[in-house]
Amino acid sequence: MTSTTSPLPTQKPSFSRSSLRLNSSLGRNRWNQFFTVVAAVFAVLAVLPLVLVLGYVLVKGGTLLSIRLLTELPPPPGLEGGGIGNAIIGTIVVTLVASLIAIPVGVGGGIYLAEYSRSGWFAQFVRFGTNVLSGVPSIICGVFIYGLIVSTRLFFGQSYSAMAGGVALSVLMLPTVIKTTDEALKLVPQELRWGAIGIGASRFVTITRITLPAAFTPIATGVVLGIARAAGETAPLIFTALFSPFWAEGLFNPIATMSVLIFNFAIMPYEAQIALAWAASFVLVVMILAANLFARWLGRFARA
Amino acid sequence: MTTSMPSPSQIHAASPEFCMELENVGISYGGSEAVRGVYMQIPRGKVTAFIGPSGCGKSTVLRALNRMNDLIEGCTLKGRVIFDGQDLYAPQVDPVEVRRRIGMVFQKPNPFPKSIYENIAFGARINGYRGDMDELVERSLRKAAIWDETKDKLKESGYALSGGQQQRLCIARAIAIEPEVILMDEPCSALDPISTLKIEEMMHELKKSYTIVIVTHNMQQAVRVSDMTGFFNVTPKADGDGKVGCLEEFAATETIFNAPTQQATQDYVSGRFG
Repeated sequence: MTSTTSPLPTQKPSFSRSSLRLNSSLGRNRWNQFFTVVAAVFAVLAVLPLVLVLGYVLVKGGTLLSIRLLTELPPPPGLEGGGIGNAIIGTIVVTLVASLIAIPVGVGGGIYLAEYSRSGWFAQFVRFGTNVLSGVPSIICGVFIYGLIVSTRLFFGQSYSAMAGGVALSVLMLPTVIKTTDEALKLVPQELRWGAIGIGASRFVTITRITLPAAFTPIATGVVLGIARAAGETAPLIFTALFSPFWAEGLFNPIATMSVLIFNFAIMPYEAQIALAWAASFVLVVMILAANLFARWLGRFARA
Repeated sequence: MTTSMPSPSQIHAASPEFCMELENVGISYGGSEAVRGVYMQIPRGKVTAFIGPSGCGKSTVLRALNRMNDLIEGCTLKGRVIFDGQDLYAPQVDPVEVRRRIGMVFQKPNPFPKSIYENIAFGARINGYRGDMDELVERSLRKAAIWDETKDKLKESGYALSGGQQQRLCIARAIAIEPEVILMDEPCSALDPISTLKIEEMMHELKKSYTIVIVTHNMQQAVRVSDMTGFFNVTPKADGDGKVGCLEEFAATETIFNAPTQQATQDYVSGRFG
């Protein structure tokens, strides 16, 4: 007892003690400030492209925004005026087809991974495959669907079609939807599942009535982001939906989309077409931005 | 066991005195054995408490009683758990049906992210209840001693309640489907003493109509609420390294706490556990 209370005056302190006042000339404090500035500069550089793209597209394309732009067909080469109405509708149709395929398959796959087989070899394989698929370049998805559907005239003998475009985009959306569903369901507390199963709920009822509703918001957010990503794709649509200067003629004919319209018109030697390409860029960026804001809003809805 | 297996209904008639019987139950997670050699007869209409140090397998055994361990990958059970004259682990037994008759309350309150009313009604509905739902909700909440606190806010989320209220809501949810047995896995470990007291008072009421099995770390709680007590202990394996849980002693609560036959039980209940 006495040995612990009595001080040991002969022992030298192991650390030097200095004043508690902040000394900004110390090496550690200088490095601190330096790295804070470096990190801030890189953070600004990271958002700079977004601001520049939005600003540039707004300046170049925003001035053309009018009702005519949204409702009329593009003019024949050499003529003035016109709009991108068919491309807007086309983008909506193709994205809708893609969503109708990718959401059921992706959410179903995600449910399997998270609820039925968390760590089985098959689940691991599907997870790995999903990661690989999300890294596959979009143009390869386009060529794949071209080879599978377009060149074989799979749908009623039609080659290029809105349907083929939708299928190509659904391949691109699928990894996002599977991954977000899987992750969202994994975040649902295990106790909630036990609670449902403990009162005699079957697995099906537990998933459909308890875990899926609990994970609805993150899943919906992921799906919206997946849709926004697919809506802006160009390469897969060039090989599948092609383009059409006319209004959409059903799901099994070529269809105009905004991204392909931009691709086609931006390199034409006519002023009117180039202006329309800028206007379409603006509309497309605004639509994707709106989808992202909607996803954020959904996310906030959950936390409340 | 070398002859052909009798069908589960022929094991023996449901005993009027005992609700559940465990015969040489051993449970393993993956390759490692968690608990072995448990024989136990859980009396009907009584409160049975499981006590013992951490890792002795008391929660594992509790979860085996309504096949909740099925949800844990790699968990296997040897021996037999007999309820209503049937081996619960016979291949033709439907685990969903087992859990409808043997309900469970968990350590952490886990109400569904639904309204208080729906928390009760959900279980009743999926179990095919065809009566007056309002009446069932009120009756269940009354039995769980939480009706007075919730009757004016049945439409509010179950998460709006305090922890102790949430736990009583979970008990009400378990009662609503009218099980025969209620399993409670340390139901008060996350609660303050006043909420604990309310739940203990409620258990005295509930045991008139249900068989209750409770796991608790709190020995005073075992003394207060239970009629029978099982003391689980960890012992080194005789055949190799590692430790395994076992049921050291199972007797009336008074016997366990006043005159246990095993030295280990005596050491544990008197706080001299090593």
